[in-house]
Order: sequence, then C-alpha cells, then structure tokens
Amino acid sequence: MQNVERAAPGSRGPGWVLLGLVPLLGLGVLLAFIVLNGAGVTRDDLPPVEDLTVERVALPTEYEMVVSVTNGGPDPVTVSQVNVNDALTGFRVESGNTIPSLGSTEIKVPYTWVEGEAYAITLITNTGTTFDAEVPLAALTPGFSGETFWRYALIGFYVGVVPVALGLLWFPFLRRLGTSGINFVLALTVGLLVFLVVDTLLEAGEVATQLPGAFSGIPLVILVSLLTLLGLLGTERLFRRGREEASRLSTSYRIALGIGLHNLGEGLAIGAAFALGETALGTFLVVGFTLHNITEGVGIAAPILREKPRLAHFAWLALLGGGPAILGTWIGGFAHSNLLSTLFLAVGAGAILQVIYEVTRILLKDSARTKAPALSGTNLGGLTAGIAIMYATALLVSV
Amino acid sequence: MGEERQEGGRTVREYELVARDAEVEVAPGVFYPAWTFDGQVPGPTLRAREGDRVRVTFKNEGTHPHTIHFHGIHAANMDGTFEIVGPGQEYVYEFDAEPFGMHLYHCHTTPLRKHIEKGLYGVFIIDPKEGRPPADEMVMVMNGFDTNFDAENEVYTVNGVAFHYQRHPVEIKKGELVRVYLANFTEFDLINSMHIHANFFDYYPTGTRLEPTEYTDTKMLAQGERGIMEFAYGRAGSFMFHAHVNEFAELGWLGFFKVEE
Repeated sequence: MQNVERAAPGSRGPGWVLLGLVPLLGLGVLLAFIVLNGAGVTRDDLPPVEDLTVERVALPTEYEMVVSVTNGGPDPVTVSQVNVNDALTGFRVESGNTIPSLGSTEIKVPYTWVEGEAYAITLITNTGTTFDAEVPLAALTPGFSGETFWRYALIGFYVGVVPVALGLLWFPFLRRLGTSGINFVLALTVGLLVFLVVDTLLEAGEVATQLPGAFSGIPLVILVSLLTLLGLLGTERLFRRGREEASRLSTSYRIALGIGLHNLGEGLAIGAAFALGETALGTFLVVGFTLHNITEGVGIAAPILREKPRLAHFAWLALLGGGPAILGTWIGGFAHSNLLSTLFLAVGAGAILQVIYEVTRILLKDSARTKAPALSGTNLGGLTAGIAIMYATALLVSV
Repeated sequence: MGEERQEGGRTVREYELVARDAEVEVAPGVFYPAWTFDGQVPGPTLRAREGDRVRVTFKNEGTHPHTIHFHGIHAANMDGTFEIVGPGQEYVYEFDAEPFGMHLYHCHTTPLRKHIEKGLYGVFIIDPKEGRPPADEMVMVMNGFDTNFDAENEVYTVNGVAFHYQRHPVEIKKGELVRVYLANFTEFDLINSMHIHANFFDYYPTGTRLEPTEYTDTKMLAQGERGIMEFAYGRAGSFMFHAHVNEFAELGWLGFFKVEE
C-alpha cells in the first residue's frame, strides 16, 4: 500500500490497470467462497421461492391450450399438475417440467374447449403452490399465415396510417390561419401530446405489472422513458446543423416518431386483444380509432404551417406517425411479449415527452418575441382543446 | 391386527402410533408437508374384535402437540380431547373395543380442522364377535389436500394419492365378495361420495348392524361419516369407481377395479 500512495496521481502504468482489477478480484473470491460454503444466512427450513408468471394463454387449435410462462423467481419451478376448470388434465412441456430461474416455456394442454366460454387454468407445482391463468373468452388464436398477416396489416393501417394522413390533409386549411390561430394549433398539439404521454405511461405501467417481479417493470418504464427523453434532448442539436434552432420540419418528424411509437403501443394492444379473442374490432372501433388519431395528423403538421415542405415529406410523416401501428399489430398478434410491449411503450412515452418540450419551446419563443403571456387565452384554450378532444374520442376506443 | 396377547383370559391388542411430520406425494409430482401417523396419510388401519382390550401407545415425534381421538365408547380420559401430547411426549390409550362397526381415529388438538386437514386420521375397524363372511377386504379413505393453503382442496384422493387406482387398478376376482370399508375424511367440502360402475352394492352405515340398509350404486357421506360396502362383479373387465361429485372425480378421486376370471 505504501507504494501505491507514493505513485504520482495521473501516472497510469500497467500497475494502474491492476488497481482497477482489485475490487473485481475481491468480488470473485467472495463469490467463490459463497458458492462453495454458503453465505451463512441460508435457511433450510423454508420452502423454495416460486414465482411463475403467465404471459399468455393461446388456443392454436380447437383441442389445445398453450400456456406461456416465465419463472421470475430465484429458484427453479417444477410444474407437476395442470388444472383446467376444476379438473386435472394431462399436459406436455417439451423442455421438461422444470423451468429454470428467469426461464420461459410453453405448457401444452390437450383440451377440447368450447368457443365463447371462459376457462380458469391453475398450474400446480411440486410443492403444491398454484399459479392461475385465465381465458376470458375462448376463441381460436389466429396463427401466422398470409391471410392473417394482411388482416393485421389492414387493422394497423386503419388505426394508424389512415387517421394520421387524414389529419395532415388539414395542412392547407391551417396554414391560412393567422399567428394566434397557429399558436392555438401548436397548443392543441401540446395538449394532444400530454394526453398521449399520460395514456402511454399508464398503458406501459399496466403491462409492466404483468411482468415477473424480477424484471422490475415499473422502474423499467420510468427509467426507459427518462433515458429516451434525455437521449433525444441530447441528440436534438444534431438536427440543428449549425443553426440556432432545429428546423421546423425535423420537429415535425420527431413528433411523428413519438406519435408513431405511441401508435405502435396501440397496435400491440389491439393485436394482442384481437389474437386472444378479447375484442372483435368491429366497425365502431375502427371508426373510433380514426376519430381518435386524426388529431395526431394535425399535431404533426403544426410546426411546419409557416413552411413549404415538399409533398413527399407528408407521405413520410404519415408513414412514420401511423405505420408503426401496423408493426404493433403484427408483434402483438403473432409474438406477444409483455417485456417487449413495456419497452416499446416506455420508449414511446419518452419520445412524446421530448416533443412536448420542443413544441412548448416554439410557443414560449413566440410569446417572448411578441411579449404576450405564455399562458394566453389562445394557448390555454388550445391545450385544453387538445386534451379534451383526445379524452372524448378515447371513449370510443377502449379495447 | 397389532400385537395380540392374552391378559387375564382376554385378548389385548397393542398398537403403537407415531405422529411425525412428513412430505407425502398427493398427486403425481406434487408434494404436501403433512402431519402423519406413522409417515402416511391416511394412517395405518387399526383392527380389533368386539370385546377385545385395545392399548395404543402414542408417541408424538412431530413439531406440534397432537392427540388421538378414537370414535367408540370409552372413558373420558381415553378420548384424546383434553390430554394434549406435546412434541416428544407419549400417551397410552386403553379401552374396550365397542361397539362393532367401522370407526375412525384422528387428532383432536386445536385448531381442529388444521390438525385433520394436515393428515392426522385413520380407520379403526371393530369386527363383530361372530365375524363377517369371508371377502376380499379393502379400506378406502376419501380425502383431499389443500396444497396452496387457501382453504380449498387442490386434489382429491382415495387413500392419499390422486388418480392412484387409475394408474394402478385394484385387482379383484370375478364372483368373489368384495368388502370396502369406506370413510370420508374430506375437509373444506361438506360431502363426498362413492359410485361404482356397472354394479350395485349392499351398504351398512357405520357397519354397526349386520343387515344392509340399502342396495345402491352411489353413496354420499358427510365429513366423518363412514360405512361398509359389499358387492361382487359377475363379469371380467375394467370398471371405474369414483366420487359422483364430478369435480372431485376429475381432481383425482377416480380409479378402476380390474376384475379377473
């Protein structure tokens, strides 16, 4: 230790690297000791901790149920019996009945279910602990085929691309507005985005609670949203290209991206609900989504009302804002994963937060320039209108 | 029939029962932390002839206080209700075997339901002096296990393991009289029942009379109720028997008789 203290600060020889390794070496020794001898705090009189989480129950054929489970606990869990509606039934797990810690598997249960009925499934482990799953409404889970692929794409198209594109069609109308009119539209955009960020965060939180405890779902949502927000704020200067401000068009693109990620989340929920027979997605719902999301097109157009972007930009903006809904329905319908959904939604929330900041800044700059109060009647009215429109139309689309 | 010896001109039957905690398999692959007599649920069947003296030495090697309460006619301090036997202690129960019939024994320590649902019970048969006709005899104890401790049974069994007699059918001979000593030790659910397929049986409630009271194919028993069934199969083949409470049947209380020529 004497030598170390004498070394001049800043000298980084090979010895310096070794110093960095000392804690790791200590950690290695400690881990080896604990693995070999135990930590001295283990209790043998307690049963193992069992924590199975059911991710989803699929009905791929009329005579089979497939239960996807994840072991979120520290110990392996062995599924010994499966009970469907108060009857023990046979089952098959290709990877073996024991699921390792943080492992996932599919439990295949041969069972001739009745369409439209509800099923309660209980997994019984070797210690007699039970884990419940349910099929609220039995219906065939659509498998992957060309037909279902296009059907999901169509759903995403109706829910995402069509309304955003329709909203963008207001561009020529809106650009004839005066300054206060445009400010109203910008404030309306902020309102719309505030609604979306609340909605996305709550949706993310809901999915996160279905994750195994080990994944720390709620902290994951908060942290991923925060990192996305900070990351986008940090990269914003890249879009400025030497100018003091990012171009208005690039702001529109970022709004489209944030809204796109939100629509991806919407797609995930719709795809999963549709696959599990929880929603019929009738005409009413499609019309509802169109009304709900049409405001998003207005929001995307708001920053560029004073500019003359090429027509192609509008096509790209519509695709970026609405297209992810198609991707979402595919993922939700064919490869539903609560972890993936949580992450997508959290990233979406962070992205929307960033554009809220950006659009608000445009409004603030304008109010500084004109010496009008930031919370003028126009701005407050627009904000309220944005939130109110989204809330009202959301009533039509509760999946 | 325990250790048999003569004392002063009468038959004395001596038994030893040990209470101990044990993991028992209650359905294939599912283990339950039970309290048992001699490591098994239900406990060993005790048997005596009407008028015999019965002496049961009870050792508590478990982790909780227990007793043995016998159904029968006996003195107050032989009833296993007040003389609690702590872990490591022992107690000797002694009484005359009366009346003849099919009886039970179980722990009677509070909380009572807990001590019974955990597995501390068994069957105690007192044969009539003149005996019963020769038959292929078997004990069937209907019970259930609350494996996740939510005050509901996850599995139902006869003699302790769900679907055991489906995987290992009870072999009986065609034309031979079969005598089933049937008891209901199910907790949480008020009743249980027994139904045999393609046949009927004579039923002797509690086995305390030598004449059957009923000729039927399904018998419902309340908690603690028991009786004797007698029947013979006239045809070879596999015949199902199960609780006619269908939920219990599908949760494990179902088996087969394999009738052979």
